[in-house]
Amino acid sequence: MTDATTAIEKPASQMRAIWQQFRTHKGALFGLIVLGTLILAVVLGPFLWVPEKMSVAKAIMLKNQGPSWRFPLGTDQLGRDMLARMLDAGKVSLAVGFVAMMIAIFVGTTIGILAGYFKRLDGPLMRLTDMFLALPLIPLLLVMVMLFRDRIAGLVGPEMGAFLLIVFAIGVTSWMQAARIVRGEVLALKEREYVLAARSIGAIPRRIILRHILPNVVSPVMVAATLGVAEAIITESVLSFLGLGFPPDFPTWGRLLYDGLSYMQIYPERVIWPGVAISLTVLSVNYIGDGLRDALDPRIRGR
Amino acid sequence: MKLKTALLGAACAFAFAPAAFAERGSDGTVNVLYAQAPSTLNPYLSSGTKDVENASIILEGMAGFDEKGVVFPRLAESVPTVENGGISADLTSITWKLKPGLLWSDGTPVTSADAKFTYEYCTAPDGGCAQASRYEGITSIDTPDDQTVVINFDGPKPNPYQAFVGGTSPILQKAQFANCMGAAASTCTEQNFNPIGTGPFRVVEFKTNDTVTLEANPNYRDPAKPAFAKMVVKGGGDAESAARAVMQTGEFDYAWNTQINPELQAQMETGGKGKFVNGFGTLVERIEMNMTDPSPDLAEGERSTTKHPHPILSDINVRTALSKAIDRQILVDIGYGNAGRPTCNLVPAPELFASDNTGCIPHDMEGAKKLLDDAGWVPGADGVREKDGKKLHILYQTSTNPVRQDFQALIKDWWTELGVDVELRNIDASVFFGGDAGSPDTFQKFYADVEMYANNFDGTDPEPYLASYLCNKIPGPDNQWQGENINRFCDPAYDALVAEMGKTSDMAKRSELAKKMNDMLTKDSMVIVPLVDRGRLSAASNALGGVNLNTWDTEMWNVQDWFRVK
Repeated sequence: MTDATTAIEKPASQMRAIWQQFRTHKGALFGLIVLGTLILAVVLGPFLWVPEKMSVAKAIMLKNQGPSWRFPLGTDQLGRDMLARMLDAGKVSLAVGFVAMMIAIFVGTTIGILAGYFKRLDGPLMRLTDMFLALPLIPLLLVMVMLFRDRIAGLVGPEMGAFLLIVFAIGVTSWMQAARIVRGEVLALKEREYVLAARSIGAIPRRIILRHILPNVVSPVMVAATLGVAEAIITESVLSFLGLGFPPDFPTWGRLLYDGLSYMQIYPERVIWPGVAISLTVLSVNYIGDGLRDALDPRIRGR
Repeated sequence: MKLKTALLGAACAFAFAPAAFAERGSDGTVNVLYAQAPSTLNPYLSSGTKDVENASIILEGMAGFDEKGVVFPRLAESVPTVENGGISADLTSITWKLKPGLLWSDGTPVTSADAKFTYEYCTAPDGGCAQASRYEGITSIDTPDDQTVVINFDGPKPNPYQAFVGGTSPILQKAQFANCMGAAASTCTEQNFNPIGTGPFRVVEFKTNDTVTLEANPNYRDPAKPAFAKMVVKGGGDAESAARAVMQTGEFDYAWNTQINPELQAQMETGGKGKFVNGFGTLVERIEMNMTDPSPDLAEGERSTTKHPHPILSDINVRTALSKAIDRQILVDIGYGNAGRPTCNLVPAPELFASDNTGCIPHDMEGAKKLLDDAGWVPGADGVREKDGKKLHILYQTSTNPVRQDFQALIKDWWTELGVDVELRNIDASVFFGGDAGSPDTFQKFYADVEMYANNFDGTDPEPYLASYLCNKIPGPDNQWQGENINRFCDPAYDALVAEMGKTSDMAKRSELAKKMNDMLTKDSMVIVPLVDRGRLSAASNALGGVNLNTWDTEMWNVQDWFRVK
């Protein structure tokens, strides 16, 4: 435990230790590079790659083209540039994935810690978790979209409204696993000697939670979070497909995949591009999570 | 010998119908693929198209509809009309005469009692007859002798070709179904799975939801038909694999309803083993304009009701310009290929009722822009046209379906070029068409400015279809949003025409009225903007002859004329 105390005094060296450990995980490093590239591409890509403006009739002439210098990823069934659509779509899909994951993790961790630490809250909070687990996602979303779509769209516009609604909906329906994992960890941790010691010198619960418990549950939370990103991206595709998500002219990777499905036999690349993008994101996020778990766990670090 | 062969060959070439020389059962087996498998062979117990289609191979009615939608006799000697005295002058009864010497496939004679029994079977209480609408308005059926059937109606019926006409109301054998009346209907498994009929084939074996094996009916009225000795109808799969089985692998001779995208159609046709056959019925993909204000700022119960006219679409110039800006040919090429054609009509068929309105087909973007300029809708700073502080902003909704989303993207491009700001929305089909009065997303509630879907009418008579645009059929909170007048179109002159058509029996006059009403809804007012006339698309092997796709009756309507091309 001496390591931990020195680390708190010098945060920089702890960061370095984590990085050192993280670097040894080849998969995680690879994941970080891939994910970094994808994020850079969707953020900077639209500035670097501006597709030419064409009239509908002209675009139709250029439909279903294979990859070429003019259209690096080819064109779709309406003659739209696939690269530009992939970049636009990636921005939405990645944003949905990460924001929804953050909401889910924040809610899940909070509820898990409260339930695990405070005995009185355990029962009600865990029953709440059970209730959310029992809620079917799709009907819940139907109701949410029905009730709030027009109002939110009126406030922030249809695209932003759909984004907020979807992110919020996915967030509030996927925090339960995280909450259960965290509660279990907290139940075990709060009986550990160092927590007892902290309590015996009169530390208030907030301090014990933030200082002693939270850092120790980071690793399971990280794993849950990485899985959450992948799940959120996929849930978003499902929603867009059902027409509950973004307006149809607003591409996401999931939508591109579904659009390409009926052309899979003739133009397999139409499903390969978004499919590869989704898989790469999910895979690299999972590897990063794996690496982070090892790096953040003081018991593994340095071995 | 050689000369004889040559002569025979020449004769064949001239007659262009090798089947004419064929005798019954000389052509082996024909294999048909239905992407949906039949679950019963009694069409009165299922409204599923697949069941009706399969049953029509075995069971027949007095008459059927041919590929033009014209009634032709099957079991009847001729089609009754007012002129030949078959229909009474006051239109309250119709008299059918059976062909002499007709036999059921078990060898017993067909009589008028069978027809009367069929009516009683379908109208029996607790029977849950799926085709009851075909027998609506009938007060009684008289059978003066074994060959004559007189149907009496409760009032004048301008279109009496309902009962016993077409694949949905065939005649059942009284002897077989006598114990299957009313509540017992669905328990008669043996009868429902192996009905005795008068059609060209009879059932050998029926595996529910899988395969129907049939053989030529030995008692079929034309001794030379059918050319095939056996017929196997296999069910299951999807449209794409069904098309492949005919067009590429050649395992099957005919595949029903192979609606696939034009790219795949073109690719499969290069296989050279088969061809796509299409037929056009009355299904029209259209854009419906909302004549009332769907703004979410209005109170619930007042949104999209006649209390508030639409702020921008009430201007006919806007509606016309929106229609002009659409290039329908491109939509057809992208979405339907062979299975569609551009149309400007709400009633595109049958020929008798189709208006000659084709004015909307040429794409006229400049004309559309000029129309809006002249009407005072001028582009604002952001390129969106506006007039009196109202912006041309349109919410365009439809159901979730890949073709419809492609259409939305294309039409949005055109309308954006025109200077209209378009917001798209797609809604899950089961919600959109679900008719739930509690949901804001149904096509009846129409909480959008324009919406796109397809609709058609049953049978060949457009009167009930056109009558759905009456003022009193506007959906609203007072009728649980259940009206059929989706656009909230209301014109007393139109209502008067509908009333007139209800009293008219003369076909020429009816046709004239129908065309006039069609034009009032489409080219005169642009309330309905038809886009594509959607046909039926099936795949037929090159080795199968005699196929003639019919959208007015079942696709198996002329299976007795099918033959093997050698």
